[in-house]
Amino acid sequence: MLTVRDLRVHFPIYEGVIFDRKVGAVRAVDGVDLDIADGETLGLVGESGCGKSTVGKAIVRLVPITTGTVTFDDIELSKLEGVELRKARRHVQMIFQDPYSSLNPRQNVGSIISEPIKTHSLRHGAAVGQRVLELLDAVGLPRGAAHRYPHEFSGGQRQRIGIARALAAEPSLIVADEPVSALDVSIQAQVINLMEELQQQLGLTYLMISHDLAVVHHIADTVAVMYLGGIVERAPADRLYTEPLHPYTLALLSAVPVPDPVVEDRRQRTVLQGDLPSPANPPSGCRFRTRCPFVQPRCAEEQPTLRELRPGHQVACHFAEELAEQRVSVR
Amino acid sequence: MSRIINTNEPLLVVDDLKVTFNTRGTAPVRAVDGVSFSVRAGETLGVVGESGSGKSVTSLAILGLLPERGVQVEGAITLDGTDLLKASERELQAVRGRRVAMVFQDPMSSLNPVLTIGRQLTEVLRRHNVCNKTEAPGRAAALLDRVGIPEARRRLDNYPHQLSGGMRQRVMIAMALACEPAVLIADEPTTALDVTIQAQVLELLRELVSESNTALILITHDLGVVAGMCDRVHVMYSGRIVESGERHALFAQPRHHYTRGLLASVPRLDLVGGKLTPIPGSPRDVIDWSDGCAFAPRCPAVTEACLGGPPALEALDDTFVRCVNPEPLGESMWKVG
Repeated sequence: MLTVRDLRVHFPIYEGVIFDRKVGAVRAVDGVDLDIADGETLGLVGESGCGKSTVGKAIVRLVPITTGTVTFDDIELSKLEGVELRKARRHVQMIFQDPYSSLNPRQNVGSIISEPIKTHSLRHGAAVGQRVLELLDAVGLPRGAAHRYPHEFSGGQRQRIGIARALAAEPSLIVADEPVSALDVSIQAQVINLMEELQQQLGLTYLMISHDLAVVHHIADTVAVMYLGGIVERAPADRLYTEPLHPYTLALLSAVPVPDPVVEDRRQRTVLQGDLPSPANPPSGCRFRTRCPFVQPRCAEEQPTLRELRPGHQVACHFAEELAEQRVSVR
Repeated sequence: MSRIINTNEPLLVVDDLKVTFNTRGTAPVRAVDGVSFSVRAGETLGVVGESGSGKSVTSLAILGLLPERGVQVEGAITLDGTDLLKASERELQAVRGRRVAMVFQDPMSSLNPVLTIGRQLTEVLRRHNVCNKTEAPGRAAALLDRVGIPEARRRLDNYPHQLSGGMRQRVMIAMALACEPAVLIADEPTTALDVTIQAQVLELLRELVSESNTALILITHDLGVVAGMCDRVHVMYSGRIVESGERHALFAQPRHHYTRGLLASVPRLDLVGGKLTPIPGSPRDVIDWSDGCAFAPRCPAVTEACLGGPPALEALDDTFVRCVNPEPLGESMWKVG
């Protein structure tokens, strides 16, 4: 079980020629709470720059955590350093977005996949090679792949190699950062199905980070929507899509095109105005207020906290109740 | 500037376009293999396909932007009665940007980073003598205003890096619109953008088509974008159109197994659960069209006849399908779950 409490990741901004002077900070992640139960999938959605990837990287400790705690199976990941951290990382692995730049072009596939096995001394001698073959079978690659190099594979196959590498460490949590967005449409479904099968077989827990709401809707049990460093809404996947409560979620859902002309012709579009504000200088009060179609004076003064409006359905909006009354459905 | 347009006449006609890349040491690659289509004023035509299907090469061929060396372009592309493939570079320059304009996928790399937005916009206006030097900044500001950029005057002095991705794509659209082109080609115009920004850009394109009667060719891999935007849709696979038709007919009853496979493999926001049905293999697993259907190695309904020579694009009820064993008419794909 993964628990994230009040996670903050601030990247300092320096200025000055000889002596660096800290002049501010990019608040990439600014107070995020997450819980993922064992064997579940949490989908984290948001637009580019909202901090969703930084949350994922902070959990596997690839970026320094400013404040907050990350606890996985009673191990406080956010406190660990050195050898301890390396040992703990075996349980939390990552699948990266770009299958082209996340595999070393000079290593053959067998060597890529066996590296985590050797690092964590999970197998020895000939058993390592045997395990690599098992992993190749598990992700649906031919066994001969072990002797070939990444450039010999297509994008979808490379993503399978990345998944095999993540599985090699025998983790219980996998952080998947946009695992299918670099792939062709017909290949995306192959990788999504593979991830679902592996979850069932191995009882994996997933944190699925994606900008693609349809993909997250398909794969996740719970969905958290992020906007400018904070979570604005969290709900069971089907609830979020049928009864969105936050105006940002509403706008996001109405912006996703559906491959059906009948649905497209009927739907009401809420087109958001403007762009994402800078996380170095976020707006006061509610962060979404600069683009919110329902903005009120109170939104500028007071920052809304995530509160439970319905069982399991939390939202960070002062006026969620009022919005729920005259809700517009996505369908 | 109003133009009298006979809406029944196709504006741009692409006839049997073939593009072959000759590379030293390897066999020539035919990226586009006999593509024909036409587009009328005020119409939006969608071209859908995955990477390698030849959709972008088609658009580059229309604008004459393919390199001359090592590339062989055959067929005919007729605009205003002239064949663009036979036109001289000088004639092409008069057409390009003026009658046919293009919006590229990546707004980050298609703007010049060392010139201001204003400079890049006025360059188009001056090049085609749309207005004189003193009027140009005003016209440029009006264009930015039209594509929904606030404080247009001030933005003219900005450099591309000072704008967000969505803003840059608006600038690209403003540049494309500078000469009020009859045909606008948008190659994956929203792929690099976030969904909420994508919605803004698509809304803008929709307005342009209805207000200026522009013919829009929208090239994309996103079936959702096509479903909401396009009047007619062409689905491309391995350099050929495999299915085409009016969007309602095409989406309700796709007959080609590739189109069906594409639709079954994308998760839909408005439908719950169910397992996705991917297309096996990858777009690289193709056979040459001369030997049979290029999709045969990945097709769930492959028959012996599929490998017996190239299938023709034939009219089938409401759509055109290039398949010897098309899906029979039946229930709509979506009534199932």
